[in-house]
Amino acid sequence: MSIPAAEPAAGSEEATGKTAASPPVVSANVILRILRMAARHRVGMALGILCAVVAANFQLLIPRYLGDAVDHAQGLLARTASGRDVAEAALWTTALLVLGAGVMRGVFTMLQNYLGESLGHRIGYELRLAYFEKLQRLSFGYHDRVHSGDLITRGMLDVEGVRRFLENAVFRTITLAVLVGYGGYHVVSIDPVLGTLALSFVPFVAWRAAVSRLWLRRTWRTLQERLSELTRIMEENLGGIKVVRAFVAQAFELAKFDRASSAALAMSLRRIDLRYRNGAAMSLAYYTAMGLVLWVGGSKVIEGALSVGTLAEFLTFMAILQQPVRQIGMIVNSAARGSISGARVFEVLDLEPAIRDQPGAQALAITQGVLRFEHVDFSYRSDGVPLVLRDVTFEVGPGRTLGIVGPPGSGKSTLAHLVARFYDVRAGRITIDGQDIRHVTLDSLRACVGVMQQDTFLFSASIQNNIAYGDPEVAEERIAEAAESAQLHRFVERLPARYETLVGERGLTLSGGQRQRLSIARSLLPGPKVIVFDDSTASVDAGTERQIRAALRELGKARTTLIISHRLGSLMHADEIVFLDGGRIVERGTHAELLALGGRYRGLYDLQVRGADASPPGASLSESSRAQ
Amino acid sequence: MSPQSRDAVDQGTSAPRPPRAAIEDTDEQIFGKVFDRGIMRRFIGYVAPYRRRLWLAIGCVVLFTASQLAIPLVIGLAIDRALATDAMDSRLLLMTALAFAAVIAVNAAANLGQDIIVGKTGERVLYDLRRAMFAHLQRLSMSFMDKTEVGRLMSRLQGDIGALQEFLDTLVTSIGDILLLVGIVAVLLYLDVQLAGLTLSVVGVLLIVRIVWLPPARRAFVRARQASSIVNGALAENINGVRTVQEMTREAINFARFEHKARDYLKATLRAAKFSQIMIPIVDTLTGTALAIVIFAGGTRVLDGTLELGVMVAFVFYVQRFFDPIRSLTAQYSVMQRAMASGQRIFEVLDVTADVVDKSSAIDLREIEPSIEFRHVSFGYVPGRPVLHDVSFKAAPGEVIALVGPTGSGKTSTAALIHRFYDVWSGQVLIGGHDVREVTQHSLGRQVGMVLQEPFLFTDTICENIRYGNRAATQDQVIDAAKAVGAHDFIMQLPLGYDTPLEQRGANLSLGQRQLISFARALIADTGILILDEATASIDSYTEQAIQLAMRRLLTGRTAVVIAHRLATVRNADRIIVLQDGRIVETGTHHQLVEQRGLYHRLHAMNYASFDDVCETEALGATSPTTAT
Repeated sequence: MSIPAAEPAAGSEEATGKTAASPPVVSANVILRILRMAARHRVGMALGILCAVVAANFQLLIPRYLGDAVDHAQGLLARTASGRDVAEAALWTTALLVLGAGVMRGVFTMLQNYLGESLGHRIGYELRLAYFEKLQRLSFGYHDRVHSGDLITRGMLDVEGVRRFLENAVFRTITLAVLVGYGGYHVVSIDPVLGTLALSFVPFVAWRAAVSRLWLRRTWRTLQERLSELTRIMEENLGGIKVVRAFVAQAFELAKFDRASSAALAMSLRRIDLRYRNGAAMSLAYYTAMGLVLWVGGSKVIEGALSVGTLAEFLTFMAILQQPVRQIGMIVNSAARGSISGARVFEVLDLEPAIRDQPGAQALAITQGVLRFEHVDFSYRSDGVPLVLRDVTFEVGPGRTLGIVGPPGSGKSTLAHLVARFYDVRAGRITIDGQDIRHVTLDSLRACVGVMQQDTFLFSASIQNNIAYGDPEVAEERIAEAAESAQLHRFVERLPARYETLVGERGLTLSGGQRQRLSIARSLLPGPKVIVFDDSTASVDAGTERQIRAALRELGKARTTLIISHRLGSLMHADEIVFLDGGRIVERGTHAELLALGGRYRGLYDLQVRGADASPPGASLSESSRAQ
Repeated sequence: MSPQSRDAVDQGTSAPRPPRAAIEDTDEQIFGKVFDRGIMRRFIGYVAPYRRRLWLAIGCVVLFTASQLAIPLVIGLAIDRALATDAMDSRLLLMTALAFAAVIAVNAAANLGQDIIVGKTGERVLYDLRRAMFAHLQRLSMSFMDKTEVGRLMSRLQGDIGALQEFLDTLVTSIGDILLLVGIVAVLLYLDVQLAGLTLSVVGVLLIVRIVWLPPARRAFVRARQASSIVNGALAENINGVRTVQEMTREAINFARFEHKARDYLKATLRAAKFSQIMIPIVDTLTGTALAIVIFAGGTRVLDGTLELGVMVAFVFYVQRFFDPIRSLTAQYSVMQRAMASGQRIFEVLDVTADVVDKSSAIDLREIEPSIEFRHVSFGYVPGRPVLHDVSFKAAPGEVIALVGPTGSGKTSTAALIHRFYDVWSGQVLIGGHDVREVTQHSLGRQVGMVLQEPFLFTDTICENIRYGNRAATQDQVIDAAKAVGAHDFIMQLPLGYDTPLEQRGANLSLGQRQLISFARALIADTGILILDEATASIDSYTEQAIQLAMRRLLTGRTAVVIAHRLATVRNADRIIVLQDGRIVETGTHHQLVEQRGLYHRLHAMNYASFDDVCETEALGATSPTTAT
């Protein structure tokens, strides 16, 4: 789907671009880009500008009419009572004109504000969707590097920051410009000296606004950093409350909190200082100009060079300017925030997912389900150092099982991730039925590859919805079948609400083994042709694990299976076992062959078996292997 | 229909089984009273320390309002006295101009003082409040912390505190607004009763309009807020579960659902915008009407000579100011309401009393013999549903006791009672012969160390993490501890060694490495009694070797209770206690228990790697030893 907001202009390559510490983005560019997005809503934007201009003009009419009213009222005082009717009629007209101008100004201000809000919300909506869509497509590599909390903040607060900028700043700036520009022109044309005086505060205010914008930006950023530090401390403290209690570290934690809290407070206070001092300076400038107008204008009235009405018009004009001038601070503030927030959102939107469909990618056509690794090299880093997998080659056919074993960090789990193309290989290729997985669509690939991970994520939803996550429309029987294969069905049946039981953050707490079985059921549901168990039965006991595997065999489908495990008992029956070390296959063969070889595999086997009889290590392994 | 129920309905129809984005926080729906005296009083309690500043601020508000009121008066005076009369007097004009300058100087200074004092005091009060809450959470019993989600507490610490900040900001402006309003009315009446009466009649109309407008507008605002939290919940869930989303290729479905929610939010918020913007032309029309009244009625009287021109000009100025405070006062209504709801939630947490507290007569545990004794302990989390029944055992100094049993048998509860995370229902837990309720929690914590299943580390350097339980430890002691548990080598391979900062809870280390660090942490804390709660679960066999070694080092010379997941750990213990359904069913060494042919033997013979899944996968009839053969 194409999302207009996802402008891939400044596209930094995801694999190389460091997202955490990005170079400072020029704020003007960000603002321009936000405005360009807004400009796509041509009608709304044009109407908004129109309304802003019209509203400002109506507002400018009011001082003129009021000035007239004063003159009319005074005019008669000066002269005789003869023209009283004329004067009264003039007052009537003026009163109606003032009322009319007020109503019109109100209507157009309303429209302008509404259009501003609507524009902000529409852009917010677009950004939010684009952001969501982008995050879903960004590869594991990206999500490995970036804090999920940071991503959530960007999606919530920063999108909001951009929206507020559009809502508060754009049309108001136009109103302000018209008021100062056109109104200024008008008063200067009436009386150049007095007009200049009336406007004398504008350059000062503009200068302050420009300067404070920089300060505020900086303060904002620092404050945000310190606040997120504070948040982190609180979150960690509450999340690890048992550790805090166990080590009687409450006092230490409070001290830590206090440090972060006072650092944030200092910044908050600084921000207040900056903001209000600035506001006060601006409003002082404004009133000074007003005082000057009063004095100089008053002198002119005394000299007879100016009517009282015109003076009143000048003063009313200035009174009208007061509100928008006050808003300058707000506009500046929201522009500062908008540009920071926009930069943070665009940073994500501009990323190109490292893993994506190639142009013209075809759906994977499964004939048998033969999985081949051909001289695969892999590294998590773009410079290729260190290589996590080197020259890995193997083939597994349907109905057959490959076991992968090796010490931690040998690249086992990486290998599992490569099969579903969560990362791309650095060299060599991976094929399924002869098709390079980079040349087929991701959707079709992941639909036929089921990777069952050690770490499981459950959604705050019912067991049923969690199992059916990949295919929400699936029939209930299929859910029960998947659960049965994963040896979860009997457990679920004993729960009061059965498949409707809520799990996840706000539901029933499941044991590690139960979670894993739930995630296995979830992965099994779509009926993958290639199944990868990435230590996914580590928390499941040996007996259950055997039952799961037996159930899978019974399902009858000729699946291709990859088992990654540190439990030899889990994979000793595999048709082939490879022993990975340092990313290389150092030994391969069947269980018996590898034992006979007397190498690393044998060493591990001895370690696990010996452990059962003598000293502690790996009793669980020995238990399961002895059971054979 | 509320957004929740709408959401539920469309889940029921459009897609049958989509996980909910997030279950809605019912708190969101509670919209508190506009004014709750109890909450206000307590809130004022936090403001009290800043009383003097606040009086100063109120002084500033008064000055500010007065100067605001004076400005049109001075202008009117200038026009009347210096300009409009026949004797135009430039000296008088200069004086009024100077008076004007003085007034604006006061105005600016008072405004600055008000804003800065109020702003800063507000921030301080909120930081105080947040600290009070945080400190309170440090004292609350585990029974409260267990059942309360971190996310929920965080939203109180952040969101609710933020709402109060908004409130405090508006509170003082409200005072200013009310003063200004009263001031304007007073000045208008003083200037000219008749004209004032006419002008003020418009205000009545505005009040009626607001009363009609308020209820539907409020509903629209609430809807918009709810829709917003639904969207944000969905976003957060997708970010947290992004790997699963990609694995299951749920992107398209999730996007469609998200789009739906985002659109709902857009609609709700635009509706709310309509409600808030409709007031502008209404207020402007009324302002226009009032101005027209001033111009016509006032102007006619100026013609009659019964009203001074300056008074009319002053009226024109005041009327334009008049509606601002009314508008902002009614806008603050919803801020007040939100603040009351937030205040209620904050004080709700602050009102939770810690049920595990030090007795006034509690003593400090110092040099004690590290023994543990349970005497007929019964305990549970929910009244009427005991988890432990009459549990009694004794661990002599230096003895290692393993607790085993199926899930829910009470192992972790037993361990938690030793550290007095909870209080027993009946019976006694004694450490070195002292009832844990008779000693201070602080000193108890110094005697009892814990290593948990999930090795929770803090975002700090490795060194600081190891020193967590003993701040006084030197760098050398840290290194020694790391060496003792076999963590030194991998730490030295990290870029900055011991000074390597840990990413989000140690994400840059493997689980096994984190566990080793947590062992080093426990070693440095050097407590006589140690509890290992499933510390070796879900660790691969390579690391487990290292861990077992580390564990032996750690246990040397300490009294320990080991909750065991794996048989390997169990068989090394001096004594094994088998728990089932909260009762001790067997006790003895590995060999004794195997001989006894009871539950332990049965578990052992069934080749279970862990006891966790026993209940589910096997028949439950294992209670009596005779069934197992």
